[in-house]
Amino acid sequence: MKLSGWGRYPVADCMVTAPRTPEALAGARGNGPLIARGNGRAYGDSAMNEDNTVSMRHFNRLIAFDHTTGQLTAEAGVLLGDVIDAFLPHGWFPAVTPGTKFVTLGGMAAADVHGKNHHVDGGFGNYVDWLDILGPDGTVTRCSREENAELFDWTIGGMGLTGVILRMAIRLRRVETGWILQHAQPAPNLCAAMEAFEAAQDAPYSVAWIDCLSTGANLGRSIVMLGEHAPLGRLPNRFRQVPFGPPPGRTRSVPFNLPGFALNRWTVGAFNAAYYRAGLRNAGTSYVPWDTYFYPLDGILGWNRIYGRRGFLQFQCVLPDDTARAGLEALLTATAEAHQGSFLAVLKKMGPEGGRFSFPMPGYTLALDFPVSDKVLELMEQLDRITLDHGGRFYLAKDARLTAHMLHATDPRAGAFAAMRRETGADTGFASMQSERLGL
Amino acid sequence: MSAGPVLILGARSDIGMAIARAYAAEGHAIQLAARNADTLEPERNDIALRHGTDVTLHELDALDYDSHEAFLDTLPDLPDTVVCAVGYMGEQPENEADMHAARLVMRSNFEGPANLLALLANRFESRGSGTLIGISSVAGDRGRATNYVYGSAKAGFTAFLSGLRNRLAKRGVHVMTVKPGFVATKMTEGMDLPEKLTADPDKLARAVLRAAKMRRNIIYVKPVWWLVMLIIRNIPEAIFKKLSI
Repeated sequence: MKLSGWGRYPVADCMVTAPRTPEALAGARGNGPLIARGNGRAYGDSAMNEDNTVSMRHFNRLIAFDHTTGQLTAEAGVLLGDVIDAFLPHGWFPAVTPGTKFVTLGGMAAADVHGKNHHVDGGFGNYVDWLDILGPDGTVTRCSREENAELFDWTIGGMGLTGVILRMAIRLRRVETGWILQHAQPAPNLCAAMEAFEAAQDAPYSVAWIDCLSTGANLGRSIVMLGEHAPLGRLPNRFRQVPFGPPPGRTRSVPFNLPGFALNRWTVGAFNAAYYRAGLRNAGTSYVPWDTYFYPLDGILGWNRIYGRRGFLQFQCVLPDDTARAGLEALLTATAEAHQGSFLAVLKKMGPEGGRFSFPMPGYTLALDFPVSDKVLELMEQLDRITLDHGGRFYLAKDARLTAHMLHATDPRAGAFAAMRRETGADTGFASMQSERLGL
Repeated sequence: MSAGPVLILGARSDIGMAIARAYAAEGHAIQLAARNADTLEPERNDIALRHGTDVTLHELDALDYDSHEAFLDTLPDLPDTVVCAVGYMGEQPENEADMHAARLVMRSNFEGPANLLALLANRFESRGSGTLIGISSVAGDRGRATNYVYGSAKAGFTAFLSGLRNRLAKRGVHVMTVKPGFVATKMTEGMDLPEKLTADPDKLARAVLRAAKMRRNIIYVKPVWWLVMLIIRNIPEAIFKKLSI
């Protein structure tokens, strides 16, 4: 069937099976190297294999929950949103969440996803206690920081290329309410935005929306949003009736692909300017339900279709602290000069590294998205080179077009990862279009 | 709204399980009945963890008619709502050639389900309340060469439900007939189904709950199926017999 990632680019005809038992899943290895696919939220071709894509949708059962420690044991195909639905009413929330709740737990571990709290709490992998992994020989191995630690470390952030994650234990975080106390502050330029991040090291959550089309003195103007779980005692009375937040609002959906001309430099520029002005107006402190705070786009099902039939590309890199300022300036300048702004430009300070092949490192990460076009592909190559020059690296869960040469030049761990795959035989059992493209 | 127990007959089916989950999400206790019920433990555990409701497993052989009274007696409570998702399609060519196979399809889709619902109907009637939901099929609307063995059994089941509804309407017991078109389940795995006509089990489950609340009588899960079957039913037989649809 025709398959793509969330960015709807690239599209490929893939052989997809959906086994119901671990035995059937092990049997799928008979059709050559496979890749496990969760809910298809990686943007590019991470979870696509033309000959053998294995959907994990039937491995979607919760197994156990410990109400004293917050440890959840579940199959890898469980959606994060289902975890929230089941346990937020009992006062538990995911310790780390990406910007959508429509991801599977297995996918979260494979990409070692990060959230707005990465600068203090690190990536999702930090909250994984153990993983059960179906290896290239068809046997299942339990691994953790103590047991088969090598396999564990390579799997967190290993993009499903060490084996298929079947089951896992993760830890949730205790929260008193489902409300987030949000503090929004405008930053007139990049320098001010970075200062705001440095001043907010202790804020549990921080992220900035950045206007990637402003130039000159306004380059990198942002709305920096800090947040923390609101304690029950401080919640205004009217929200105490619904301590875990109102039920998620009605979702809307984008029923068809918007025509390509709907997004152009003027509409996107106007949107960015209006968004910044709205941020200025709404600056200050407010209580926001968890759903709106963490998953603003989940309310619009199929928002990926606004980019039109050709789909869209996401660029996300992280730059180390000492080169971040110069690197971000160069990235934003190149983007603004190409007049290829995006709606969803996000800047975020990151904390320490996680798994052996995880994306994050201390520094700043910038995420931009663009509708697919030849000009954008050219721009992204330019952004790749800027990242390379500033010692940065790329987030594979977002990637759809990086070259093997660029990946290996920016990230020496890629070579070690590929060597590990050859030594363990994982390369004979597991492969994605992305791993082939990137020489992993 | 009361959240009385819901009994799922044929809980191993994807449709039955999806409906069980949807009722559990609304706080109903769930009774899952199937053959080798203990193998449904992962599902039982999952539903209980997600929704905090009581979920119990019950051994049921839908084809062992004499065991059905005893099966009903083992339930912790007489349910408020029963969903019968028992069914088996088989392969049409095999059903044509092998009468054992054909009989199994007929018994699985008509005799077994009808026997179970008949007993439940009597108990509901004496209590004066309850909802019986039968998962039938559009295949029962008109016999076609490609699946008439399955279709005829479903036609029988549809007629049985219609009669039960007529009998119990004045007794406080509601009977709803569900005619899903194509649903992406184990039964249809590997078939090349048209996307626009195919429902997924969770959407179907939500439609069933909504319709049951409104006390609808007969639902086609995707409304387009109502139109499709209206056309198929009204093609004159002289023409219909020459078609391959």
